[in-house]
Amino acid sequence: MSTARRASYGAMTATGIALALVLTGCTTPTSTPDATETAAAGGDLVIGVTSDPDTLFPWKATQFQAVNVLQNLYGTLTEFDADLNVVPGLAESWDVSEDGLTVTFTLRKGVTFADGSTFGAEDVKFSLDAIAAEATAAVARSSLASVAAVEATDEHTVTLTLKAPDAALPANLAVINMAMLSSDDTEEALNTTPNGTGPFVLDARKPSQSITLAKNDEYWGDTALLDTVEFRVIPDESSIVSAMQSGNVQFAVFNDPLVAQTAEGANVTVATTPQLSYHALQLNAARGGALADVNVRLAMQCAIDRQEVLDTAALGEGEVTGPITSPAYKSDPDARPCATKDLDKAAEYLKKAGMADGVTINAIVSQGEYATSVNEAQNLKAQLADAKINLELEVLESGAFVDRWIAADFEAAVALNGGRPDPDGMYGRYFTSTGNLNKVAGYSSPELDALFAQGRESSDPAERKKIYAEISENLEDNAAWIWLFTSYTYTATASTVDGYVPMANGSLQFLRTTSIK
Amino acid sequence: MFRQILRNSVLRRILAALGTLLGVAVFVFLMLRAIPGDQISAGLGTEAAALTPAQRAALEAYYGLDQPLFVQFFSWLGNIFTGNLGYSSRAQMSVLELTADALPVTLELAIFSIVIALVIGIPLGMLSASKPDSFRDGAGQVVGLAGLSIPAFLLGTALLAVLASSFGFNPNGQGYAYLFENPLLNLQQMLLPSFVLGFGIAAPIMRTTRTAVLEIRANDFIRTARAKGVPPRRLQLRHVLGNALVPIVTMTGLQFGYLLGGAVVVEQIFSLPGIGRQVLLGIQQKEYALVQSTVLVIALAFVIVNLLTDLLYRVIDPRVRAA
Repeated sequence: MSTARRASYGAMTATGIALALVLTGCTTPTSTPDATETAAAGGDLVIGVTSDPDTLFPWKATQFQAVNVLQNLYGTLTEFDADLNVVPGLAESWDVSEDGLTVTFTLRKGVTFADGSTFGAEDVKFSLDAIAAEATAAVARSSLASVAAVEATDEHTVTLTLKAPDAALPANLAVINMAMLSSDDTEEALNTTPNGTGPFVLDARKPSQSITLAKNDEYWGDTALLDTVEFRVIPDESSIVSAMQSGNVQFAVFNDPLVAQTAEGANVTVATTPQLSYHALQLNAARGGALADVNVRLAMQCAIDRQEVLDTAALGEGEVTGPITSPAYKSDPDARPCATKDLDKAAEYLKKAGMADGVTINAIVSQGEYATSVNEAQNLKAQLADAKINLELEVLESGAFVDRWIAADFEAAVALNGGRPDPDGMYGRYFTSTGNLNKVAGYSSPELDALFAQGRESSDPAERKKIYAEISENLEDNAAWIWLFTSYTYTATASTVDGYVPMANGSLQFLRTTSIK
Repeated sequence: MFRQILRNSVLRRILAALGTLLGVAVFVFLMLRAIPGDQISAGLGTEAAALTPAQRAALEAYYGLDQPLFVQFFSWLGNIFTGNLGYSSRAQMSVLELTADALPVTLELAIFSIVIALVIGIPLGMLSASKPDSFRDGAGQVVGLAGLSIPAFLLGTALLAVLASSFGFNPNGQGYAYLFENPLLNLQQMLLPSFVLGFGIAAPIMRTTRTAVLEIRANDFIRTARAKGVPPRRLQLRHVLGNALVPIVTMTGLQFGYLLGGAVVVEQIFSLPGIGRQVLLGIQQKEYALVQSTVLVIALAFVIVNLLTDLLYRVIDPRVRAA
């Protein structure tokens, strides 16, 4: 940093403090636990990331880095709080009609886009219609499958008419792939100049080097405390660690426990956060062959000690899990036919399947997509061998893995899948017979279809909890897949960073409450 | 007459170079398409499974993947002749612009590395050769062997870790400073990566120097020169080293060519936005135009360096000129 920059930095800090005092005095933060306590504001935060966003267009972003950046630039109708409860976003409130077929959103007033234009019902209608249109190729399109029509009732009200009740809709609207765009914008324009309603605006971008956001002074909520956030591309994780140690970078999120360990030091603290994403051995029953027999699948379930997989592949850093990982609907990991490894039972199941002499299952494994994949696969292979189940591993480069996975061209797959706060959004697309990922899941049944439909129809949280517990049990009893464990992410922050709240969905949305001491 | 031959041989070389480039173009084009996955599944990952056929078709049309292969190839090649290297949808910039930013970084890195390699390699090689099979020679060989056998990623990571954690010195953790923007910071940022790369190349240069010097010294003309009373220092520099330069230049040219494309690992570790990283990112994202055009630029640079090396022979070695 040059001297001139340092001086202006000081001035900005002073203005920032004043601003924060004014702000904390006159607003009540809805979802920002630390904002009121943080007196200091201002400063420039540098986040070390291994690659830069592959797109700046929110409806198509699935890459982790892209989602993290866009989350701070764009707004959604609903949002998640730190505990992943759905809270108001651009919609101040929403009402569901008695029959569950009409949802009316009341929009927040005084919201503007980065280009200064006003946000209103027309923009919501434009966005939702475009996301639902096939030609847009928006990745969240299926989340709107229950929506029959979107109507801008007046400037600040939007009415959604549904084909069937959809209790998961509010949660599904909270992801960045559902960002509200201005009806005047085109994808082409937004690719280079994001125009959102988020707490930050794009300041500068150098492809494959850095992307810098500046705080949005017109943001409808509490103005962000930081002046700028720079996502600096440092492709090698251990180089990020060394950049943190020398003080050039103040913030980084790691997935590899080994790297996280090396980052911890006098000036860097590492926070561990359990994640919604889960490691599983996917079994493709629909493909036929041995896995079509539930007894073979159950034999596999009984032959696997999940804690051992976790210990060998991920240094024990994580938690053994059942299907649903979100805190509000969490599955009991022990509720399955074989909660612990039981080779006798496995042999029994194999005998029932008429394969007492053993069976061979082919499994695809990706190399390089995430750190633990190959180790997991090898441990699974070793454990299953004890039960005369030969897991034949096919280790693939991640592009080849994705291709085979998408085409459902596998018997079994060692996979790390992303989780979602709402269990319908998480599994409805996999395990209902019409779900758009059902081919990949390789399993569905009339019972599951009925249960998922019930879950969407009910808006009573207690009842939904019961339904999804049943779904979880059904999946485990039929060993649709074998759920293994969830891992952690590690948020490394310099001691000067204050007010950041890590989330289980990996979101960096609380950069808006972060400050530098 | 002589000029005619020279011109013809240069012309021949240029034609051969163009042929090489065309070969590279075809090869890269086909190899890229042989890799599983396309830009769509690379961008969306497993989410691509959720695309309906119509959605996928819309995306394929957007990226031009719906065209037959030969149409894709010739439209790319045709565009190159008009100076259009293609467009990177990830960076939202033309490949030409991206390359114009990245190439100087790698060139600078390559030049610094070569300088460091020559500064280490030539004296070490001469020192080794001055007394073959002595302790001095052994020590030189060990240093050479270390340079060859310590992988760049290990040396780079270790240097960064030690310097950053013990001394807080890591200029590469800051944003990259271009040479003309901030020369001082740029030189600091280039220091470690150039050393890491240069140390690796020093070994082959040292070995080439040693062998060449030993060979030259065994020649009659050296004995004659010594007998005529040429001072040892002058003998070493002018007669021995002067003649040993040809293989050293060959080796240096070859290494320089490799450096242009092969600095990927070092650029990755030290986060230098060079051409190697551009290719790597392109491959990860299956950005066909980006990878194809960048590889072609690297090949072009390689060919030019080879041509220059050839021409340089003519300057240092009159025998080549006559051939």
